[in-house]
Amino acid sequence: MAPLWLSFKLSLITTAILLLIAIPLANWLAYSRFRLKLVAEAVISLPLVLPPTVLGFYLLLAFSPSNAFGKFLDQWLGIRLVFSFPGLVIASLLYSLPFMVNPILAGFRGLPPSLREAASTLGKPGAVTLVKILLPNIRASLLTGIVLSFAHTLGEFGVVLMIGGNIPGKTRVASLAIYDEVQSMNYHAANRYALILFAFSFTILLGVYLINHHFSKANALT
Amino acid sequence: MTTNFLTCRATKMLHTANGNQPLDVSFELQKGRLLTIYGPSGAGKTTLLRILAGLTDLDAGHIETNGETWRDTQRKIHVPARKRSVGMVFQDFALFPNLTVKENLEFALQKGEDRRLVTELMELMELSSLQDIRPGRLSGGQQQRVALGRAIARRPGLLLLDEPLSALDDDMRNKLQEHILQAHRQYQLTTILVSHSLPEIFRLSDEVICLEEGRITKKGAPATIFLRGSAGEQLTLPGEIIEIIPSDPSADRTLEAPFASTVEGALTNPSSDPDALQKTFIVSVLCANLIVPVIATAEEIKGLNKGQKVMITSGSFHPQIIPLK
Repeated sequence: MAPLWLSFKLSLITTAILLLIAIPLANWLAYSRFRLKLVAEAVISLPLVLPPTVLGFYLLLAFSPSNAFGKFLDQWLGIRLVFSFPGLVIASLLYSLPFMVNPILAGFRGLPPSLREAASTLGKPGAVTLVKILLPNIRASLLTGIVLSFAHTLGEFGVVLMIGGNIPGKTRVASLAIYDEVQSMNYHAANRYALILFAFSFTILLGVYLINHHFSKANALT
Repeated sequence: MTTNFLTCRATKMLHTANGNQPLDVSFELQKGRLLTIYGPSGAGKTTLLRILAGLTDLDAGHIETNGETWRDTQRKIHVPARKRSVGMVFQDFALFPNLTVKENLEFALQKGEDRRLVTELMELMELSSLQDIRPGRLSGGQQQRVALGRAIARRPGLLLLDEPLSALDDDMRNKLQEHILQAHRQYQLTTILVSHSLPEIFRLSDEVICLEEGRITKKGAPATIFLRGSAGEQLTLPGEIIEIIPSDPSADRTLEAPFASTVEGALTNPSSDPDALQKTFIVSVLCANLIVPVIATAEEIKGLNKGQKVMITSGSFHPQIIPLK
């Protein structure tokens, strides 16, 4: 069960960090007048279209101690990101970033601009408006972002294989374990992992649709 | 000596559906006055309010209230919206859907401010019984009162109202006009209102600015602006023409194009249809929620159309209809 536990741990940590990063990032993308923000948006969405192995390959190069960035991390901070759990987390953050940012961004863009403007004419700074007005009104988008990021991290294969190297107990997550078991013709074990992931993914998606349905009904009433 | 509370000189290029059009205005307002901005859509009324509130920036100009400069393009002064003492009621009310009525009002309080103001405003706006309800469940009139209460809870020097009553029916309108007047007086506000409705303007405003194609075409008291050369009348009623029909019951039809051209023809060439000139018409004018029928001759209805804004004046003779510009 170690690969499953590792998968959940990776997904949980990745989702939590992504939420903290994505809220200010989406807020900036939605409301900044900075002209080059389209470039930033394109970069964030890149993992949607890029083959995971390409991302994994470049991260492997970047984190490798034989290259400048990896060397710097290794020598000055004592961090080695290749074939390690922290490396997996960083790769997952990049890989799942659009799955968190895009729903939140869509949520912000769907709000009437007058809400933000009203809050500013009432003398409130941006941070107060964000926490007290904007975020509570995009609860459904936040939930969608959380679930998509979690599920996407849970299912990643190419990136974790490239950067993590499939080390049992360390970087061997469930999706890799299934592949390994199939490779060694151990279909029973593969099926066990697969079934758990299948049931889990279905349950959380169903849960999200139920909660979103409840939100939209609550919004219609309030 | 009276000093100006607000001085505004602003130019801005407006990008409207009909192409670019410059907004170029300059006006002053004294403390405690209620000014209405009147004009056709696309004239720049809402933009002007937004410029005052700091939500839209101007290209060049100077805005000063109560001796404090809010915007000066030459001196590069720009006080952001949240630091301007402004209360704004948006066209869509912009109530926060996640907060109750009371919480919406409380959101406007500044740190450490006395919450009794919220209670007082809820009583003034007749919202006390709705305080724990979220805005989505309120009617248009109730939402409007919350928006007005919230804007005043900010304790603004300048209250800006962007067509706040346009979506309401007549009864609600009258009641809310009363609320606006009451709040304006009680809290000694200086208020700027955008409005299309003449009855509303006459009831509420001390002064009117007519804004057309980005420029101020007229400025003054409502009566001076809307009554064109009509000295001596005893009663005046602003309204809108809803119907023009011949007073002859046998001609049971509204004044339609062919008929109108007959009248026009008779007026320019009396021999073509001598009867047309003799005819009289009943012009129904909607004043607030009252329909006033006015008898008019063919000569008098010349140039009057359905939907036109007019003023009925009644002096020593029969009532007359004066088109409003």
